[in-house]
Amino acid sequence: MHVTSRAFKENVRGAVTDPNLRQSLATMKTGFRANRAKAVAALPEFEALRDAGKAIKDHALAHLDYYLERFEERVVAAGGHVHWARDGDEACRAVLDICRAHAARVVTKGKSMVAEEIALNQALEAAGIQPVETDLGEYIIQLRQELPSHIIAPAIHVRKHQVADSFRAHHRQFPADRPLEEPRDLLDEARVVLRDRFLSADVGITGANLLIAETGSTIIVTNEGNGDLTQLLPRVHIVVTSIEKVVPTLEDAATVLRLLARSATGQLMSSYTTLSTGPRRPDDPDGPEHFHVVLLDNGRSRMLGSEFRDALRCIRCAACINHCPVYGAIGGHAYGSVYPGPIGSVITPALASLEEAAGLPNASTLCGRCEAVCPMRIPLPRMLRNWREHEFARHLAPARVRWGLRIWSLAARRPALYRMGSGVTARLLMWLGGRRGRLSWAPMASAWTRVRDLPAPPPGGTFMTRFRTMQGQRRSRR
Amino acid sequence: MTDSKPVEPAAATTTASAAGPRVALLVTCLVDLFRPPVGFAALRLLEQAGCAVTVPEAQTCCGQPAFNSGDRATATRQARFMVEALAAEAVDYVVAPSGSCAEMIRAHYPALLANDRAMAGRARVLADKTHELTSFLVDVLGWTGIAARLEATATYHDTCSGLRGLGVREQPRRLLGQVEGLSVRELSAPEECCGFGGTFCVKYPDISGRMVGDKADDVVASGADLVLGGDMGCLLNIAGMLKRRGSAVQARHVAEVLAGMAEETPAIGEGPKSAPG
Ligand code: SF4
Repeated sequence: MHVTSRAFKENVRGAVTDPNLRQSLATMKTGFRANRAKAVAALPEFEALRDAGKAIKDHALAHLDYYLERFEERVVAAGGHVHWARDGDEACRAVLDICRAHAARVVTKGKSMVAEEIALNQALEAAGIQPVETDLGEYIIQLRQELPSHIIAPAIHVRKHQVADSFRAHHRQFPADRPLEEPRDLLDEARVVLRDRFLSADVGITGANLLIAETGSTIIVTNEGNGDLTQLLPRVHIVVTSIEKVVPTLEDAATVLRLLARSATGQLMSSYTTLSTGPRRPDDPDGPEHFHVVLLDNGRSRMLGSEFRDALRCIRCAACINHCPVYGAIGGHAYGSVYPGPIGSVITPALASLEEAAGLPNASTLCGRCEAVCPMRIPLPRMLRNWREHEFARHLAPARVRWGLRIWSLAARRPALYRMGSGVTARLLMWLGGRRGRLSWAPMASAWTRVRDLPAPPPGGTFMTRFRTMQGQRRSRR
Repeated sequence: MTDSKPVEPAAATTTASAAGPRVALLVTCLVDLFRPPVGFAALRLLEQAGCAVTVPEAQTCCGQPAFNSGDRATATRQARFMVEALAAEAVDYVVAPSGSCAEMIRAHYPALLANDRAMAGRARVLADKTHELTSFLVDVLGWTGIAARLEATATYHDTCSGLRGLGVREQPRRLLGQVEGLSVRELSAPEECCGFGGTFCVKYPDISGRMVGDKADDVVASGADLVLGGDMGCLLNIAGMLKRRGSAVQARHVAEVLAGMAEETPAIGEGPKSAPG
């Protein structure tokens, strides 16, 4: 997995001052959050549903090998093929082999985060195959040559007028002065352009939200219907997905889908829920002639045996991202990973490496809102802290931090020394604060004072000193 | 509880004695250093509520700086130290004017010390007895004796650990409702993190600055002249931003207002000169 998270701090600096991004993120907060809140409030048994969803995934993960093998059996029985891929390279190779076997030149793609994870588009292009994104958001960022900045709304960082600019630049077939102000105009134009591609594609690639072991079906949910056209029209359908998505039964899938739509967009169900089971049968009116599932591991089986196991319950609903105040301040690109936000900061170090992503688990206030809204009750703050512990143990934390903690720790267990230190600090800060009662600059605290003032303690010394004096006075009065 | 022996509070100093519950005050390192009046406000409230309050002398800091930096060994050592220092066996409750420190003890000390035969039981005793101040007054004591007055319009910022870790939300509002002359106006996003996050605010000042900037906007937009909260870290952050922008909105710990002490000390980040009037 390719990540650029080492540049996190630099990315952040650009992000927090980008006015377009700020606008987009403000809309996200009001939209996604309010819709989820409404949907949850309307379902009294939502908490019980969360417990049920969690139990389903915990059970599936505890017997992952069993359910994956059942799934494979059923896919094969339905006439499809399953390809096991240890990492992104193997997954890309499996897809390319299938494309080559069918002499594919153009492939349409439904939205798939696993495809983004393995950088499938780059692999296809390098092999001379043209990938065409059919989800509107994915299509927009493909035109703009960007990565998704959100796992369910990949172009959330792009403003409407920027979309219009991209369309004018790329869709030369239309009159230059056509109106593109309204979202409807943009949607209609994208439809026209994409319709041709649907018909000319040799292979359709989709992801999967869930895999069902008992039937060998894969499920996708979309709101645009593009996924259906992607998988029904071409001769070959390839599902690119990952191993933790399997659930035992159709019934289980229904439970998870109820949680997914509500947590993601506040819908009761997504507009389209599509199940695929093998290639077209003789009496089917339509469907692909060939059906392949590429099952990616890419670090997930390693997570299974670690303290990050719970993160494999993730159904990629993005609720944690939508409610994350850090994501809300910097957007998705700054993370440098296709998975941003709290869940991204937990799984990116696992899927890539901690060295490449060490900044991410630290970039959280551990405010806990992600865990509070996660339908799968994934303890994201706990896992962010776990990564910090790994980082500390492997000496990846800066020496300044390590030494600071060492000195602090020595004093914090020696009350007399600690009192002396806090007394001196209090007096120094009070003196520097002066009559304004605050500091605009403070020694060793410039990271604080760069963005805000540092309130100074009021005169009179620390609480412990004052309290002791007060006690002494009380006693001597007696 | 096999390994826990009742321990005398070796060097605890005691305030006026009362027949009510025995409470040890966990001052918290930020109150000790940056805002001593909050400690005295907590003392007054607890005594008004009929508690016999002690202030264990050896207490320092709950250890969050180490715990949240991934230094588990140091955090564990600090937890062990604080279990000794607070000697919860000798009191009925331990109360802190902070959701964050109370949550550290309640939610994390037992896990940090689970494998320490001598301390595991004592850590659990301490965790069970530890409460955030407003939730202690309301949920544990059911106390309604607020005797304070303040002519002001206040707004309330829910601090994250208190809110999501301990369920502190209605308690401070209920108590504020008893303060004569005070009206409370809600923020548009009272539950949004202010961007303090312990060491986060200095590790990522750009992100933290954006977050506390949004919080300051929300505070100003509420039309309140006073913003209250239950954790000094958040309040230093919010006050620091309001003052950097030259805003006249004051920031105070909720305990100062509840104890009727708001007029005794300039607001957070204000000196005698910048105090209004
Ligand atoms: S971690 Fe939870 S909230 Fe975040 S995307 Fe996954 S399931 Fe949704």
